[in-house]
Amino acid sequence: MSTMTTTSSPRKLNRIGLDIAIYKGGKTTLCAGCGHNAISERIIDAFFEMGVDPRRVIKLSGIGCSSKTPAYFLGSSFSFNGVHGRMPALATGALLANRQMIAIGVSGDGDTASIGIGHFVHLMRRNLPMIYIIEDNGCYGLTKGQFSATADIGSTLKNGVVNDLPPIDTCALAIELGATFVGRSFSGDKKQLLALLKAAISHRGTVMLDVISPCVTFNDHDGSTKSYSYVKDHDEPLSDVSFIPHFEDMTIDYEPGTSREIQLHDGSKLVLSKLSEQYDPTDKLAALQVLHEAQKRGELVTGLIYYEPGRKDFLELINLVDEPLATLPLDMVRPPREALDEIMESLK
Amino acid sequence: MSGIETDVQVTPSLRAGGTVINDFSIEVATVNGSGSQTANTVLLRTIFQMGVPVSGKNLFPSNISGLPTWFTIRVSKHGYIGRKKDADVLVAMNPETAPEDVDKMRAGTLVVYDEPLNLRSRRSDLIFYPVPFDKLVAPVCSKPKLRPLVRNMIYVGVLAYLLNLDMAQAKVALNKQLGKKAAVLDMNAAALQVGYDFASEHFTKQDRYLVAPMNENQGKIIIDGNAAAALGCMFAGVTVVAWYPITPSSSLCESLIMYMKKYRMDKRTGKATFAIIQAEDELASLGIVLGAGWAGARAMTSTSGPGISLMSEFAGLGYYAEVPGVIFDIQRVGPSTGLPTRTMQGDLLQTAYLSHGDTKHILLFPGSVEECYTMAIEAFDLAEEFQTPVFVMSDLDLGMNNWMSDPFPYPEQPPKRGKVLTEQDLQRIGRFERYRDVDGDGIPYRTIPGSSMPAYFCRGSGHNERALYSERPDDYKRNMDRIARKFETARHRVPAPELVRDGADDVGIIAFGSSHFPTIESVDQLRTEADINASYLRIRAFPFSSEVESFVRRHDRIYVVDQNRDGQMRDLLRLELAPELAPKLRSVRHYDGLPIDARTITDQILAQEGITS
Ligand SMILES: Cc1ncc(C[n+]2csc(CCOP(=O)(O)OP(=O)(O)O)c2C)c(N)n1
Ligand code: SF4
Repeated sequence: MSTMTTTSSPRKLNRIGLDIAIYKGGKTTLCAGCGHNAISERIIDAFFEMGVDPRRVIKLSGIGCSSKTPAYFLGSSFSFNGVHGRMPALATGALLANRQMIAIGVSGDGDTASIGIGHFVHLMRRNLPMIYIIEDNGCYGLTKGQFSATADIGSTLKNGVVNDLPPIDTCALAIELGATFVGRSFSGDKKQLLALLKAAISHRGTVMLDVISPCVTFNDHDGSTKSYSYVKDHDEPLSDVSFIPHFEDMTIDYEPGTSREIQLHDGSKLVLSKLSEQYDPTDKLAALQVLHEAQKRGELVTGLIYYEPGRKDFLELINLVDEPLATLPLDMVRPPREALDEIMESLK
Repeated sequence: MSGIETDVQVTPSLRAGGTVINDFSIEVATVNGSGSQTANTVLLRTIFQMGVPVSGKNLFPSNISGLPTWFTIRVSKHGYIGRKKDADVLVAMNPETAPEDVDKMRAGTLVVYDEPLNLRSRRSDLIFYPVPFDKLVAPVCSKPKLRPLVRNMIYVGVLAYLLNLDMAQAKVALNKQLGKKAAVLDMNAAALQVGYDFASEHFTKQDRYLVAPMNENQGKIIIDGNAAAALGCMFAGVTVVAWYPITPSSSLCESLIMYMKKYRMDKRTGKATFAIIQAEDELASLGIVLGAGWAGARAMTSTSGPGISLMSEFAGLGYYAEVPGVIFDIQRVGPSTGLPTRTMQGDLLQTAYLSHGDTKHILLFPGSVEECYTMAIEAFDLAEEFQTPVFVMSDLDLGMNNWMSDPFPYPEQPPKRGKVLTEQDLQRIGRFERYRDVDGDGIPYRTIPGSSMPAYFCRGSGHNERALYSERPDDYKRNMDRIARKFETARHRVPAPELVRDGADDVGIIAFGSSHFPTIESVDQLRTEADINASYLRIRAFPFSSEVESFVRRHDRIYVVDQNRDGQMRDLLRLELAPELAPKLRSVRHYDGLPIDARTITDQILAQEGITS
């Protein structure tokens, strides 16, 4: 059979010769239209386009809809879906054990900014070389819509309860604490998110990406949410997709330096303003200022907000050998008999 | 200050019973932070170097300086190294506690005290040796600021004279303690001598207690359990350590840092072959351990009760997702913050079943400093063989006090990494499924990130044999039953109990951990005092091996020695052994925060046996 006669177009391979299919994961069980799904797709694209070997990647997450997503990308990578809010610890341990791995962690705003905030701040502080993504929907998706600590002041729950606490700005926090790559994006901004993720893969140090990712189910106050009353009231209620209403994915694309208003499914509005191309992300004070000013205007700035090149990451800082600790040969991890003799002698 | 009281008046009856050689205990009462630790260690080492078995226990407050602290030294020609309930020699240096310290002594006790405290007037049945410490320290130490630290060495000199200690050995001990600091060494050596000279000039020996050289300590070492455990971890080949400071466990990781920096740097590159991280809390500590264990490293943490409480959620994850890790629990007094610097075996039940759902963990109970070392090595092997968290249940008494021991053996075996899937395995078993019971022992094969072996998705939520998310009832049950089978396999693999004494069939004693040495002594007391020929079985691990059950079956009455209020080991045995054995189990309990002693065990057993002494 001649290859010339084939009608199907040649499959797209990346620079290490892998098919994009290898970068995909299982079928999503999240609500159709959930922003988290769009983020998974961008992660697939980014790792494919950067030509990263999936066997070098470890995926980590906490608990929440967002934290389920590692099942939906890079299906041939090792993954650890841990406990609520404490993925940073798992990631730290895993990278200490094998510093040659590329770690991508996915968390939610509840996972990060409430139960896991203590772990989050220490992760940022350590500048552990990993990509940490917050899929930020301002609410707890998996437990059906309660406020998270990133919810805006004045926003309401479906039942009308008003949030009267100010939000935690995870980007400002990350910058303040020492993350060396901090960005914010929107799940529907394919171009920007992909660019940020690709840059993230190249960075050595903590990458913190806060990705606004609307929850189509709990931001939707009338209509199909009623169907959720049929769903059993348990901790992981969303595995049965048949109850999930279908929504269109939201997508936007707009120019740097401009703002865009996003109409959410529940009718509320989100104003995203893209940092201009002249913006200098290496200026820490300017970065914090931009965040504070945007917050005053009720907007969210997106793009690469802060970048600190050159700082030692945590694994460099603690002076580890280059090889993975997990697989060091015995003679490197067990001191010789004479060492024990010497110690015993000193205790006599 | 009043004049020196040298006219020791002693009633002849106080010396009744003759001289006591190498069989007594010393209690030194000082103020925390006053530098008494050096003096006490010199005292302990001097006796040790004279070949006489000793053990030292530090009873200290949860405070940095100013509160009362007691150091007790057991001197025992029989080699009993558990605590002795009553002191025979008291050094009273702390004005705050001195009256109470003196009041609680038994008649005939030798009391060395700071002369201005005027203690002699309190009792006529003790033998007092007043020493004007301030007066004596002044010429020895020109810097008034240093005097409070140096004056303690004077009582070592005084006791050296009174107890007939070898001054040459005292100097060797002092050198060992302070050899690196010449100026301090000289001052302390002078203080030691001043104490000795003062005592020899002013005191006539009136009490019964003497130390005479023996030859029992040839080759022995002195070490605390935490340092011993740290050595075990290092020789086990630990690579990732995460910890959060808490008394009484901190010194374990602190010792480990010290040893690893010295012995575990890569010679070629000068880089570390290990990572020791001070985590942000205990939740993170265990998280780091599990992350590292999942990624193939030998990882550990150390903590105490409050930390164990916090680790509950991750412990469940480690159990259910089947990730190895080693957790040292250096138990202290709870509940809550409790008595942070006192000892207890109080975490037994919570740790055995730590976390929600059906969770059971492998526990090891070191009974000596040597076992703190050997069980550390064993814990890593077990954690990897069974792919699960393993808890080493030490306590403050074992962990922070000094114990004599034979030197530790070098591990002859390479680390047992368990069922980490190899090419050959894969050919033999056909396909990799992370949670499939291929060999019938409940233990599945695992693969490690970064290797060329197939990846899997590790999670704490329901999963099937292929590690895929599943809420199916049959998947859940199959998985839980397999993990239970794994625990059964562990029953035959964990350290077997030790039949320490094989006695008659009526009375059996079960003890574990730091109760071991007092229990041996108690068994001897029962024999000599009441003609009870008790057997003694020392439990060394949970799950209990079948020998535990057969021991209970063989005896009419079993006394379970627990250092907690509720008899937690007794309860654990009741839960785990055949129900018909439960009525045999009786309880001996001690829970005042002090280490258990033989007398307490003996008296409780005698009382329950209906024998009043
Ligand atoms: C210790 C603990 N507390 C509470 C929960 C219940 N829980 C599951 S997910 C979740 C919140 C998830 O919210 P978020 O991280 O924002 O993710 P989302 O579902 O919105 O993507 C909570 C509270 C849990 N699993 N564990
Ligand atoms: S509940 Fe919200 S966050 Fe969760 S999957 Fe549905 S849309 Fe996404």
